[in-house]
Amino acid sequence: MTIPFKTETFRDDFTFSNSEAAIRRFPFPFDRDAYMYAVNIEQHMPGPAKSATEFPIDIDEHYVAEMADRDLVLKADPLRCQSLPHMMTAEWDLLELLMTSMARDYPEHFSLERSGREWHWINRPLGIDQRFTFEDPATLPLSPMEYITRQCQGDFCLLDQRDDNLWMDAGIVTTQADWSLDFDLGMNFIEWHGPVPLAHEIGVFERALKFLLNLQQGRPVRRLNWTMTINPRLDTSPENYHRWGIDRTTVTPDNVGDKVHLRVELQALWRLPRSNAIVFSIRCYLIKMRELVTQPKWARRLHRVLRDLPGELADYKGLTNYRETTVAWLSKYDDGAPTSPGFHPD
Amino acid sequence: MPVVKSRPVWGRLAPSPFARRHLVFCEVAGLGAVERAFAGTDSIRQRTSLNLIVPPDFAPARSERLDALGFEAVHEFPSVETVLVRLRVSLSQAAMGTLLYLAGGEAFLDQATCLAEACGVAGDGVQTEHCGSTGRRVQCVHCKGMMADVTMSPVVCDHCGLHLTVRDHYSRRLGAFQGVCADAEAPGVLPEPTRIDA
Repeated sequence: MTIPFKTETFRDDFTFSNSEAAIRRFPFPFDRDAYMYAVNIEQHMPGPAKSATEFPIDIDEHYVAEMADRDLVLKADPLRCQSLPHMMTAEWDLLELLMTSMARDYPEHFSLERSGREWHWINRPLGIDQRFTFEDPATLPLSPMEYITRQCQGDFCLLDQRDDNLWMDAGIVTTQADWSLDFDLGMNFIEWHGPVPLAHEIGVFERALKFLLNLQQGRPVRRLNWTMTINPRLDTSPENYHRWGIDRTTVTPDNVGDKVHLRVELQALWRLPRSNAIVFSIRCYLIKMRELVTQPKWARRLHRVLRDLPGELADYKGLTNYRETTVAWLSKYDDGAPTSPGFHPD
Repeated sequence: MPVVKSRPVWGRLAPSPFARRHLVFCEVAGLGAVERAFAGTDSIRQRTSLNLIVPPDFAPARSERLDALGFEAVHEFPSVETVLVRLRVSLSQAAMGTLLYLAGGEAFLDQATCLAEACGVAGDGVQTEHCGSTGRRVQCVHCKGMMADVTMSPVVCDHCGLHLTVRDHYSRRLGAFQGVCADAEAPGVLPEPTRIDA
C-alpha cells in the first residue's frame, strides 16, 4: 500500500487539509461526552487496519510536508533539538526503534539492511540512501536522534531514568502545544508538568510516574491528549507565541469551520534496550472543524465537551478567546441525540 | 503541596565536620547566615575559604567583620559575574571531600546552583541559604535573554522589549523562571502587575 503524500503547508498560506481517508482514521480523543484528566494509559497494541494505531510508528499522507516544516523550524531555532552528553546510547536506541519499525511496517517507502554493525537505510519519500556503522556517530551526517527524527513524524523526547524519576535529557520538539524543550531540558517528570492545573491535586502525575518507572521493554504504552489550534500550525511553540498568539483572536462565526482545529497528540512510550531510557513520542494530528463535523457523532460529542469544559482547563489550553464562537458553531451539528460509547465514528 | 512544583527549595547552611574543604560563595546579604552557621567551628573555619561579592559601599567596617570570621582565606569580587568565573575554576580544581556553601538572593542562588550542577556538584555536595532579595531570575522564552531580580509580573524584557508574564515554571538547568509574552492575544492590553517576590 503506497501512501499518497500531499504537498501542503503548516504556516503562511496554511494549505494543510485532511483527505476523507485521513478524516476517518483521525484519533478522536473523547470516548464520552465530557472530559477530565485521567491516567488514560493503555498498551500500545496494534489497532484496526488503516487506523492511526495500526503500527507502532504511524506514517500518513502529511509525512513529507511535516518533515519540510520541521526543517524550517530547526533552521530558525536549532535549540528545538538538544541532547545532554550522557544520552548518546539512548539516541542509538531510538534510531534502531524508528528504522526497524518504519522499514517493517512501510516496506514500500523505507528499507533497512543490517549486516552486523553495518547498516543501510533507504528512505524513498525523502530521497535518502545512507550506509553507516551502528553506534559510530562519525558515520552519520547528524547525531543519531536528529538524523532519524528528521525523517519521522512526531516530536520525540528521551527520558533518562535515575533516582526513581524520569529526566527529560534529550529531545526534538517542533510540533509542540506550547511547551519549550530548551526550557524543560534536564527537568524531572514532576517538574516539567509543573504548569498543568488541577492534575497535580488529583495525583495524576505521581501515579503516571510510578507506572512509567516500571515500563518494560517490548511492552510500549500510549495515551491521547488534546488541545485546539487556530490555523493548522504545527509549530505552536512558546518561543514564537508572540507571533502566533494573535491568531486566537481571528475566529469569527464565518470561519470556525476552516480556522479552528482539534489538535490531538498520540503519545507513546517505549523502554529502550541498551540505555534503559524511555522514548516519549508526541505525534500531532490536526483536523478542521469542517472536517470533523462530517462524522456526526464526533460533532455532537465535541460540542458537549467544549461547552462543559471547566474554565481552568479552557484557560490552560488557550481556548478562552474562541471557545464561545466555536461552541455556537458546533451546536448547529448537535441535535441532542445520545452518542454511542467509545471513540469511533458511527 | 507548593503552588509552583518546579520552584527551587533553598536550605539552611550547616557546615559538616566530615568535609575536608569548605568553599563559601556569598553575597553581602548572605554574610549573616555564614557568620551564624560557622560560629564556634574553629577546626572547620581553618579549612574554609570565603568568596564574597562586595558592592562599592560595603568598604567601611568590612575588614573587621571578615577578620572575625577566622577563615583560612577571604576573596572579594566586584560582581556576581566575576564571582561565578571564580566558582567555575574552584569547582574544576576541587578535590574529593569539598563542600560548597551558597548564600544570597534568589537570582544569585539560581545562577550559582545552576553552574554547580553543570560542574557535577549537586545533592549533598552543595548547601544553600536564601537571604536578601527575593526577586526572581527570569528567562525570556522568545529572545532567551536573562534578567536578574525580577519582582513584578508582567515585566518588560531587558533585551527584546516584549512584556512578559512570569510563569510558575522554573528550570534548574537554566537557573531561571520562564517569561512569556503577556499581550500576544491582545496587543497593548496588559494584566494588572502583581508582585512575584513574596
